[in-house]
Amino acid sequence: MRIRRIIPILALIIAVTTLNVDAQCKAFAKKVCIPELGAYTHDGNYHAAILVEGEEAELYKTFYSDMDYRVAICGEDKLPEVEFSVLDANKNVLYSNKDANYARTWDFKLQSSQQLKIVVKVNSLNKPNETPASGCVAIMFGFKIKK
Amino acid sequence: MNRKCGIFSKILIVVLIITSLLVGCKSGGTKPPKEEATVSIPKDKTAIVEEIKQAEKIFNALPSPLESAMLIKSADAKFDQSLLNPIGNANNYVTIKSMALNLGIYTCDLSFASLYEQTQLIIDYMNAAKKMADGLGILKAIEQSQIDKLEENINNSEVIMEIVSETFMNSNSYLADNGQPAIAAMVLVGGWFEGLYISTQLVDMKDFNGNKLVGRIIDQKLSIDILINLLESNKGNPAVDDLLVQVRKLKVVFDKISITTSKIRPEYNKTSNTTILKSEIKTDMTPEVFKELATTVSDIRKTFVNN
Repeated sequence: MRIRRIIPILALIIAVTTLNVDAQCKAFAKKVCIPELGAYTHDGNYHAAILVEGEEAELYKTFYSDMDYRVAICGEDKLPEVEFSVLDANKNVLYSNKDANYARTWDFKLQSSQQLKIVVKVNSLNKPNETPASGCVAIMFGFKIKK
Repeated sequence: MNRKCGIFSKILIVVLIITSLLVGCKSGGTKPPKEEATVSIPKDKTAIVEEIKQAEKIFNALPSPLESAMLIKSADAKFDQSLLNPIGNANNYVTIKSMALNLGIYTCDLSFASLYEQTQLIIDYMNAAKKMADGLGILKAIEQSQIDKLEENINNSEVIMEIVSETFMNSNSYLADNGQPAIAAMVLVGGWFEGLYISTQLVDMKDFNGNKLVGRIIDQKLSIDILINLLESNKGNPAVDDLLVQVRKLKVVFDKISITTSKIRPEYNKTSNTTILKSEIKTDMTPEVFKELATTVSDIRKTFVNN
């Protein structure tokens, strides 16, 4: 009887929480990740997802010659380190934030326009008896406005 | 009473399951987590496409309308108001598809006007974009307070860019977070086509060889597969399916352009804390292919704006 009463309440709480997760992700991207772009103008695009530790996401984007870019990749504090690498079309790693103490941002420019791939991975804490951490990861791009 | 409670529980559980499924499907291409990512060297384009399909969470990032406008400006192109979609057309857009495409188009026009400091046009195009966003039911995408802020800072290009970027992010994040990725994709497609349309129309054929703007247009070939993947991840939506047919026609023309690049060599500059990705590129586009490209883009764009 008690279980029958608890189930609908639990179901309602979980449903509402799930729907709110994405909205929280937007707020996180706006409040935490966009400021990381600093003097670079955010391009206006929104790339964010809830990732579980050990999970990966990929982003494909064309970057143009003679533009100054900053990429900011931010994970919520409850997540372990977020690792990201930038690869060319032949899978050569051009940059990995692992070599820069898991820096959240990377500034770059290109001599010629290229389509690049960004691989983002939430590191795993390897605690088998605990529920894996999950949280929002946002990928934001900024560029410098030419006057 | 017990029976009622039981029925209520079952209904809620069904609602929960449906909600979880909907939310889980939102990111476009989301699949269950895999044990370990494998990295392999793709042999050809087909292998790359297959690999894209297999990945877990994938973002196909087209240039935003602001970036598209910036690319035109950085090629030293002139501003031409006659190329923009007239704001008077805004009243004609009543379908979701036309409002989504024209939200992207008006945002690109707004960005273009902003970068060239066309003060009156900035307000007009912000209002046109707002009309599209409101029509799509995007809550708080462009608020009156932002338009007021725009008017107060009409001569401050930095503030203007911030507002344009913020309002566009409000729109696409709302659509992404509310399970409408197909509409979000259409907005991006509209913006991308507008940037390409303006660029192709601004090229002076007398100054074709070595023209920076022509170089920017060739660069868009690099985004055509991203565009197709973005639309394919929303296949099944009739509006998206129609767009896919149009984009594939454009791809046929882009395929006539050749681009070859050398290996990329990253070079870190300690002084500026910037990495320069060095590489050489060879491209080949004849004036005839350019004309075909410009006509195809213009014909497709006509179907977007003359709705």
